[in-house]
Amino acid sequence: MPSDARKTVKKPGRSPLGLRLAAGAGLAFLHLPLAFILLYAFSNEDKSFQFPPPGLTLRWFAVAWDRPDIWEALALSIRVALLSTGLAILLGTLAAAALSRARFFGREAISLLFILPIALPGIVTGIALRSAFNLMTMPFSFWTIVLGHATFCIVVVYNNAVARFRRLSPSLIEASMDLGADGFQTFRHVLLPSIGTSLLAGGLLAFALSFDEVIVTTFTAGQQRTLPIWMLGELIRPHQRPVTNVVAVAVIAVTALPILAAYYLTREGEHVAGAGK
Amino acid sequence: MTAFAPSPSESALRRLSDLLIARPGLLLMLLLTPPLLWLGVVYLGALFALLAQSFFSIDEFSGTIVYQPTLATYAELLAPANLDIIVRTLVVALVVTALAALVAFPIAYYAARYARGKVKALFYVAVMMPLWSSYLVKVYAWKLLLAKEGAVTWLVHAAGLTRLLDLWLAAPLIGGPSLSVSYTGMVLTFLYLWTPFMILPLQASLERVPATLIEASDDLGAAPGQTFRHVILPLAAPGLIAGSIFTFSLTLGDYIVPQIVGPSSLILGQAVYAQQGNAGNVPLAAAFCVAPIAIMVVFLALARRTGALDAL
Repeated sequence: MPSDARKTVKKPGRSPLGLRLAAGAGLAFLHLPLAFILLYAFSNEDKSFQFPPPGLTLRWFAVAWDRPDIWEALALSIRVALLSTGLAILLGTLAAAALSRARFFGREAISLLFILPIALPGIVTGIALRSAFNLMTMPFSFWTIVLGHATFCIVVVYNNAVARFRRLSPSLIEASMDLGADGFQTFRHVLLPSIGTSLLAGGLLAFALSFDEVIVTTFTAGQQRTLPIWMLGELIRPHQRPVTNVVAVAVIAVTALPILAAYYLTREGEHVAGAGK
Repeated sequence: MTAFAPSPSESALRRLSDLLIARPGLLLMLLLTPPLLWLGVVYLGALFALLAQSFFSIDEFSGTIVYQPTLATYAELLAPANLDIIVRTLVVALVVTALAALVAFPIAYYAARYARGKVKALFYVAVMMPLWSSYLVKVYAWKLLLAKEGAVTWLVHAAGLTRLLDLWLAAPLIGGPSLSVSYTGMVLTFLYLWTPFMILPLQASLERVPATLIEASDDLGAAPGQTFRHVILPLAAPGLIAGSIFTFSLTLGDYIVPQIVGPSSLILGQAVYAQQGNAGNVPLAAAFCVAPIAIMVVFLALARRTGALDAL
């Protein structure tokens, strides 16, 4: 029976105990530290990181809520992330459309160029941009931050989109053309619905990346303070530790949402039309 | 049939569309020009401008940049103190990469070979969440975990292992006054930050190892260790390399972790930051950047040869 034969191949038996323990320990290592952040946000000890906290309080949430500097930093971060994500979606999709199937001389070099901003250390990107802005006597502003962020966000969108483009069956596009649709109609009615979720997923990840970026931002920002820059300041010269704890928890919550959403979007994408060949 | 005649604007669009379909090269060029312009001008332009500056030098008296090509800055880079920084950073990056591979492998292997359905989805989310959650929050978490009065010390004490921790801290190089100002703390923080970047490509390459191959190896009498060494590891190599690109590059370029957790001696990222910031010595900062760029170029070339770039 063919179905049974397939089953025996797919089910490799029980996993060794050692492997399960090692995998479990690894996952615990990845998750426990964030749980501590959550706990510390409620600690009523405000001078040190004493563990276990002597008592729990909700006071610092109210204190953090009333801090205008935090709200300003948050607003700037969101504006930067929205704009860089938009730019990255546009440029990343174009790149993915061009490179997913075409074979031409220099293709490898170009795809390498797209990964370069994340393959090279962030500090290199940051300092390169800073010295370039200096050379061009460009004042540091909102726009220089966006310029930097969009550069490394392109690759996130590109990666998501290129995977979807590759799964997309070319016969689908040919069928649309054979039925009389022109290139734009095919794009609008066939291509876009198929790649839409992957663009949204890539966009969400790009948003999370930009929202959180600090290494490049310290170089491309002038007086502007994004939320990560605000937080870095607090890490180096703490003013009110409990407020930082509360902001940290808020940031975890805010970034978790787009990531989970991106995951669900790309998971659905496994069943994209034409994927089954 | 006249009812279906396209309107003039539609036919113009169609003519354009036909032109693009008839000449795929033109379409490709139109698609590629905007992203290439952006990355070519903004990114590569900035990168080359930076590298060019490494061939200038700084006037020791006025502190201004002398725009005359010279190798003096590179000579300065090779001074023992600076060479020390590069070597120290490389060692840290190597240790972090090796440890990340160790932590990542069981997770990736379990997820690729044993996890199915819901469990598999859970594993994926469990790796994605820490990978994408805020970098600074994660660094901060380790600062408070490793603090002298923090949770790690408390846990060690509760487990009755305080003496062991004291011995560890007393050890040269890896030790220090407390975990939060030692290399141990710094490596732990880096490990925590970059392990998810190792898991994902590793898992992707392990997924492509056919289960039948492992069974065949078993059937032919190989011990689990032999199967691991001769079948699984070679096939997982592209994933390992792709993961190492991340762990290496991220460690080389970080100047925030060592500032917050770790000893006072600088590592590369901090040196670059200090040179361009307070010292105002952009040429030396640029020369410092050449080291990680060179390392990453070698790495990427290696990765391309093994097909690891597709696993990124």
